Amino acid sequence: MARKDHNAAKRYVIITIFLVVASVFLLRLFYIQVISDKYSFLAESNVRRIITQYPPRGVIYDRNGKKMVTNEAAYDLMIIPRQVKDLDTTELCHLLDLDRSSFDTRLKKAREFSLYKSSIFLEQISQRSYGYLQEKLFRFPGFFVQPRTLRQYPYPAAAHLLGYVGEVNQKEIDKDTYYKSGDYIGKGGIEKFYEESLRGVKGEKIILVDVFNREKGSFENGRFDKPQVPGLDLTSTLDIELQVYGEALMSNKRGSIVAIEPATGEILALVSSPTYDPNLLIGRIRSKNFALLAADPLKPLFNRATQAAYPTGSTFKMINGLVGLQMGVIIPQTRFGCSGKGSSPIACSHSHATPLDLVGAIEQSCNPYFWNTFRAIIERGGEGGTNANYVKWREHVMSFGFGERFDSDLPAHSKGNIPSENYYNKIYGPKGWKSMTIRSLSIGQGELLITPLQLANQAVIIANKGFYITPHIVKKVEDHVLEFPKKTTNIKPEYFDPVIEGMYEVFQGSHGTARWYMMEGITACGKTGTVENPHGKDHSLFIAYAPAENPKIAIAIVVENAGFGATWAVPMATLMMEKYLKGKVSRPEKEEEIKSANLL
Amino acid sequence: MPRPSKNIFQNTDRTLIWLYAILVIAGWFNIYAAVYDEKHSSIFDIDVNYGKQLIWIVTSSVLIFVIMMTDPKFFQTFSYPIYGLVMIALVAVIFMGREISGSKSWFQIGGFSLQPAEFAKLATSLVVATYLGNIKRNLERFSTKVIVILLILVPCVIILAQNETGSALVFGAFVLVLFREGLSGVILILGLVAIILFILTLLFHKFIVIALIATLLVVIYYYFRKKKPKIFLFIALFTVTSGFVYSVDYAFEKVLQPHQKTRINVLLGKETDLRGAGYNVHQSLIAIGSGGFWGKGYLNGTQTKYNYVPEQSTDFIFCTVGEEWGFIGSLLVIGAYIFLLIRIIQLAERQRSAFSRIYGYSVASIMFVHFMINIGMTIGLMPVIGIPLPFFSYGGSSLWGFTLLLFVFIKLDSLRHDLI
Repeated sequence: MARKDHNAAKRYVIITIFLVVASVFLLRLFYIQVISDKYSFLAESNVRRIITQYPPRGVIYDRNGKKMVTNEAAYDLMIIPRQVKDLDTTELCHLLDLDRSSFDTRLKKAREFSLYKSSIFLEQISQRSYGYLQEKLFRFPGFFVQPRTLRQYPYPAAAHLLGYVGEVNQKEIDKDTYYKSGDYIGKGGIEKFYEESLRGVKGEKIILVDVFNREKGSFENGRFDKPQVPGLDLTSTLDIELQVYGEALMSNKRGSIVAIEPATGEILALVSSPTYDPNLLIGRIRSKNFALLAADPLKPLFNRATQAAYPTGSTFKMINGLVGLQMGVIIPQTRFGCSGKGSSPIACSHSHATPLDLVGAIEQSCNPYFWNTFRAIIERGGEGGTNANYVKWREHVMSFGFGERFDSDLPAHSKGNIPSENYYNKIYGPKGWKSMTIRSLSIGQGELLITPLQLANQAVIIANKGFYITPHIVKKVEDHVLEFPKKTTNIKPEYFDPVIEGMYEVFQGSHGTARWYMMEGITACGKTGTVENPHGKDHSLFIAYAPAENPKIAIAIVVENAGFGATWAVPMATLMMEKYLKGKVSRPEKEEEIKSANLL
Repeated sequence: MPRPSKNIFQNTDRTLIWLYAILVIAGWFNIYAAVYDEKHSSIFDIDVNYGKQLIWIVTSSVLIFVIMMTDPKFFQTFSYPIYGLVMIALVAVIFMGREISGSKSWFQIGGFSLQPAEFAKLATSLVVATYLGNIKRNLERFSTKVIVILLILVPCVIILAQNETGSALVFGAFVLVLFREGLSGVILILGLVAIILFILTLLFHKFIVIALIATLLVVIYYYFRKKKPKIFLFIALFTVTSGFVYSVDYAFEKVLQPHQKTRINVLLGKETDLRGAGYNVHQSLIAIGSGGFWGKGYLNGTQTKYNYVPEQSTDFIFCTVGEEWGFIGSLLVIGAYIFLLIRIIQLAERQRSAFSRIYGYSVASIMFVHFMINIGMTIGLMPVIGIPLPFFSYGGSSLWGFTLLLFVFIKLDSLRHDLI
């Protein structure tokens, strides 16, 4: 043993080795645990997942409390590319019912978006597929499911008004920081206008997940979670039954129906035909269907009721009568003769007794009467002459809401056009035009452009004797009643009496143009119109309201290329009013005839 | 030399026993934390690792009693038969064992598995101590060197054949034992130089490394030129080191398997493969690094609890310590190991018998290599080599193996006054 004594000192070398290794370890540990905070950060990003909680979007009810727009659960499959590992592509493709190339495209897109942030891998998985997927999801780290809601339309109607919901685009994200990629936003109609009420407020839940992405509980008992606030429910002014009925009447026709409650400006129905089923623009099928609809030559996406504008023909005669009364160029008893052809630059094509007073002229739609009235207005003399008188006339006309957009919650709507004096000055030169030049305006032809919505509002104004509440489609947000501005025309209320009487005679009078369509037990006021159409058959047009005393519904109907106003527009209007006022129609055979008619 | 004794623990070193108990119990608590699941927290469930480990701990205590009652002469006398039996088991497992993640090193017995390689360390330590402990041996003799190296290499090669590279590497620990028993310190320096050259070769092109060696040799020669050094020695040095660099380069490119290459490359920072080979180490660093100074608290480690670190209760058990107990916990665990190792060395030095001393050094060296590779791996200082942390890691064979290893020494030490 003695021979090894000199080796005993080597223990210190060995102990030194132990101590050096231990010191290196402790220095390293001190660095990664105490000095560097990189790993704490990485640990957090490992286990914390911020789950955005999408609140249910507000439900939209019709005026009678029927659900027009509801929500359906759907699930978006989200991906965090960095966390994807050991991916069994074949199995996931099978679960999701995707082919390989589409799978790869989606994966590539997600990677390009961000490796660390979540993005939608597959949107709107149905409840059923979700059931399968959920059980197996833990085998696919990096994937998780985000519950969403999809819109659903129990009535396949009112598509133009309701609008639709879709994923936000970059422009919308830039405009409002509330939105993140993959969020949904209202893209038109009520959905867009009331987006902020309907969407609610997104919540945030921080959860802890294990390495398989399985939820393991909340972070610090949810102390940092933000609750979601559900979207607010809306009550629309629409009567969905009436809307559906109107769309049925209009099927296979081009045109629109607008019905408004006169006292409130609440739109009861707003039909634009051809239309489409709003359920076509839900979820994954949306982009495909949208392209199809946009390419359809019948232009179903075009809202004729608010965006199309027409010269409204004879229905405009009441306006000229009212402006004439207001400007003092006629009184109700004023009579103008109509002696057939040659009596006036605008003769009557139909024969009637002559001369007629204002009531009779409206009842029988006498062209010369209103030409004379219009001429009397424009050529009334006074300071400024023709030009000033035209400006005055235009001002009165525009007080009916023509030539301007309503300050309302309606989707895209056109202003229409009441030509300005400058327009004529430009064409004919100042002083180069007089009433004769613009005589078409007297009977609602010429450069005049009025939308069906404005036309319905005209019926409202007459029913109200001079005022209207801006037409709108939503009356309540939750329990909060919305108020829309009340507008008064320049016309004194009593001047409406003869006009109303004339319109009353249209239905009830012995010569009235709508006398064949009188409704049982309902008195109504109306006026037919035919819009000359240089491109084809004339447009059939009608405005009305009922009951004559205490009106509940005012309506305007345009049926394109349908010929004389009384043929299609009048029966449609009476069916609509009957349906609304009585809940059923007394002439089902007429209803069938109209529904089945194809005027396309 | 059995003598009547009322207490089989008489004269045993209490420090070692306490350290053993502390490490085993602390290990169990960390295994519990590593496997812990809020929904499933029964302690005595033998389907989960902590439940099984309890069984291993209890059976280890039985082993301790058996050792304490054994005549210590037995270990010396029967070291060769034990060694022989273990070698047979090592070979047998290649043919009869169950394949677990690519290596055939486990016997399956019922629901439990045994890994003979864990017992090869004990057998080899006994046989090396017996052989070198013989008064006739002298490590300065060539034949002694050859035989002792063969005794170490045989289990090492068989274990390599089982595809258990990690366990085979542990036998390198005997270099420290041989150093203590007379081998020149040059061997340690050579080892260090070899490691440095190895790393340099992998980091840089081999020609750069050779150029570096040449420059260094020229500088040294110039420095010692007045002493007239033998130029032949320098040429020889250059030839040997260049040859080493070339063979390392060759071995790395041609001999190592791709996954081994990747592990080394990840360690050297040449590759960052966070999904594959780098994943374990990256997650391990996150777990430990996020522990901070005081740790997140017992059972509060998110990385641990939610299984971000693979092999958590076995090879990466130190992650649990680092995450839940922080720097303080890590310091205590490392301190406990170093205390244990130094204590064994001290005790070994006080043995009268060479056998006991050499055996003691073997125990300390083997545990040290495990400690160094295991913890070094979890903090990214060592390549990922799957060997357990003594007493701490989950695993029956490993716990039994280390218990036997340590308590045979404690038994030998308790009788150090007797001449054996």
